[in-house]
Amino acid sequence: MDLFNAIAQTLDSTIRLSVPLLLACLAGLYSERAGIFDIGLEGKMLVGAFAGAAAASVFHSAYLGLGMAILISVAFALIHGFASITHRGNQIVSGVAINFIAAGSTIILGQAWFQQGGRTPALAPAERFEAIIWPGADAVRGVPILGPIYSELISGHSVLVYLAFLMVPFTWWVLFRTRFGLRLRAVGENPAAVDTAGISVAWLRYRALICTGVLTGVAGAYLSMVQNGGFVKDMTAGKGYIALAALIFAKWKPVNAMFACLLFGFLDALAIRLQGTPLPLIGRVPVQFMQALPYVLTVILLAGFIGKAIPPRAGGVPYVKER
Amino acid sequence: MAQAAIELIGINKSFGAVRANRDINLEIARGTIHGIVGENGAGKSTLMSILYGFYQADSGEIHVGGQPASIKTPNDAIALGIGMVHQHFMLVDNFSVLENVILGAESDALLKKSIAKARSELERLEREYGLEVDPDAIIEELPVGLQQRVEILKALYRGAEILILDEPTGVLTPAEADHLFRILKQLKEQGKTVVLITHKLREIMAITDTVSVMRQGTMVATRETKKTTVGELAELMVGRRVLLRVEKGEAEAGGIKLAVKNLTVKDSRGVTVVDDVSFDLRAGEIVGIAGVAGNGQSELLEAISGIRHAVSGSVMLDGKPIDLTGAADPGELRERGLAHVPEDRHHVGLVLAFEENENSILGYHDDERYLKGPFLNIDAIRDDAKDKITKYDIRPADCRLRTANFSGGNQQKIVLAREMEQDPGVLIVGQPTRGVDVGAIEFIHKRLIAMRDQGKAVLVVSVELDEIRSLSDRILVMFAGRIVGERGPEATEGELGLLMAGVEHQEAAE
Repeated sequence: MDLFNAIAQTLDSTIRLSVPLLLACLAGLYSERAGIFDIGLEGKMLVGAFAGAAAASVFHSAYLGLGMAILISVAFALIHGFASITHRGNQIVSGVAINFIAAGSTIILGQAWFQQGGRTPALAPAERFEAIIWPGADAVRGVPILGPIYSELISGHSVLVYLAFLMVPFTWWVLFRTRFGLRLRAVGENPAAVDTAGISVAWLRYRALICTGVLTGVAGAYLSMVQNGGFVKDMTAGKGYIALAALIFAKWKPVNAMFACLLFGFLDALAIRLQGTPLPLIGRVPVQFMQALPYVLTVILLAGFIGKAIPPRAGGVPYVKER
Repeated sequence: MAQAAIELIGINKSFGAVRANRDINLEIARGTIHGIVGENGAGKSTLMSILYGFYQADSGEIHVGGQPASIKTPNDAIALGIGMVHQHFMLVDNFSVLENVILGAESDALLKKSIAKARSELERLEREYGLEVDPDAIIEELPVGLQQRVEILKALYRGAEILILDEPTGVLTPAEADHLFRILKQLKEQGKTVVLITHKLREIMAITDTVSVMRQGTMVATRETKKTTVGELAELMVGRRVLLRVEKGEAEAGGIKLAVKNLTVKDSRGVTVVDDVSFDLRAGEIVGIAGVAGNGQSELLEAISGIRHAVSGSVMLDGKPIDLTGAADPGELRERGLAHVPEDRHHVGLVLAFEENENSILGYHDDERYLKGPFLNIDAIRDDAKDKITKYDIRPADCRLRTANFSGGNQQKIVLAREMEQDPGVLIVGQPTRGVDVGAIEFIHKRLIAMRDQGKAVLVVSVELDEIRSLSDRILVMFAGRIVGERGPEATEGELGLLMAGVEHQEAAE
């Protein structure tokens, strides 16, 4: 029974740890499917996290915080668009620049505004997204197997968690069942075909980037307002890059993206769980090894186990009319 | 005269210093097939792109159906009933036919309804014009002929009354081209107007009612097709008399220079692309390999020139084998007298960002002539490049110009000059005149024949049947990786066309 509870708890933290990855991964999916590489997911999440926590603590409202996180993140997405769509700049350079600006500006502004070494003030419960306890969750906790699944895994998460997982079927539906999705996929494969069909390539790509900005904003808000009670410098800690890896792993498909992010989240949860616990046969493993495990596995999985991942064909190439 | 479907008045368009269109006037009658011919860079495609709203004219007026029209985007053109089939297809390769057809013309924000509507509409278009294609097929799995059909369907689905086709037959087999022409005639019978841009004069004579000729950005003449000749059109295009078929004497074939035996090549997926091919190439003859693109010619060429791995068989150059592991040293092969003009000059033959003189010695840069100690002898290289420019009439005559700024025909001459001037014993040429103008084709053909007359062995691979017939002393036809027949230069186009389509081959198999 102890083992079962341990598993349920590990899966529960898997879900919590997967959410920011999943939101960022879906964010990247919109822009990369439209042919814009976005290495700046990390930076946009970070500014989202900062803006969310800062606004929530100043205005004492979780929802205002979320709104601000989305707004600022979208603004950064539009900067990326201005550089790489309007001015046909290199998308990687622009993305890296955004990451640097995000890392620096959040600390500077945080220190200037709150004087807590780049942190934002700890958020009060009303300023955070609280866990939603589903009806009857406490009552069924004692029921074997189904009880913990319902009360630990399904119930007891914040609204952003449910939102993240609902975004998976929603994104699939948008991509494969709507006109916008058809055009988005087309512009990532062959923008000239979209242009000659009388659709603006630039406007379409900007809209894709706005979708990206919204989702990275939510991902950031989740980090600073759900997982943590405030903003801490560099709190994204490479999640944007892991999300990009998950996106490749998922071959740019929404449902695959969910499983990829759950896998990475699980590795993370496992690493935390096994810290300091002696393993059978191996004995006690250094903490650092466990922390490195998700990244090591990422490299192994990406190198050998996913077969050929074909990116959208027009990805990374600014669209210039032929001449 | 029928009412004009399109009237262009005083169209001008410049790209930087290049005047692509100068004061163009053109009237296209409704319900006709109107051809526009001209060399590459004459401004045909630019003019049509202006009509389609892809570019904006600097000045001039466009009238559609007698009304002045403002065409600023492809959307405006589509709304006026103008459709365009581009030379490079504007299709999304991993989409289905239906998805490509509705892209940009979706009737609803949700795809389900749009697709249902398109499906029934496509069925009607198929019945009316004989444009059969499986609506659920994925584009990249379709042969090019069908992909082109999808482009035509796209235009018709958008209600096109005027259909512009830019070099539509460049990628088609003779049979596919014939089918296309039947479709175009059917469109004309239904009252549609067709504008056909091409540089192939035979097609113009075969199918158009009226033909306009462009040269260097200007419209030099418009003729009724019945009342003109291929010779007159060629002269109008180039501005001087052109020999359409280069004169050549009998071949005096000597000893075997290159012997290919049982050569088999597989591609990266393990599919056999060259299947047990054997032939000899003798000194003093030109052997042409005909075939529709993608039947193994490219791979054969690469294997012989040592840059692609062959799984079995042998290639002997002057009696000594060539390394077929795909790791042959091209420098060594050059020293042994094998020169190779690759099919894809942009990716394999040239570094486009280099200056002309650098490309003109590329691959021979270790030759002592071009070296001064461990360094390149820049002066010698430039003098050498200037010689080649004069000898091969490469224009502009500037050896310091970036190679990308030369036209396709002149780029091809740069590669040919480099390889031919090394005086190789065996010359292998892939697509000698792909994307090259009528005038330059004549020049290149003359050069190849001169090589032959000097006793060199020349192997030509081309998808242009005319070229193969005009150059070759012997013609080998490839189909599905095999050589399915050998013919003399007197073979008719129909005979070769059937071989290229694999008809005889299939009959033999049955």
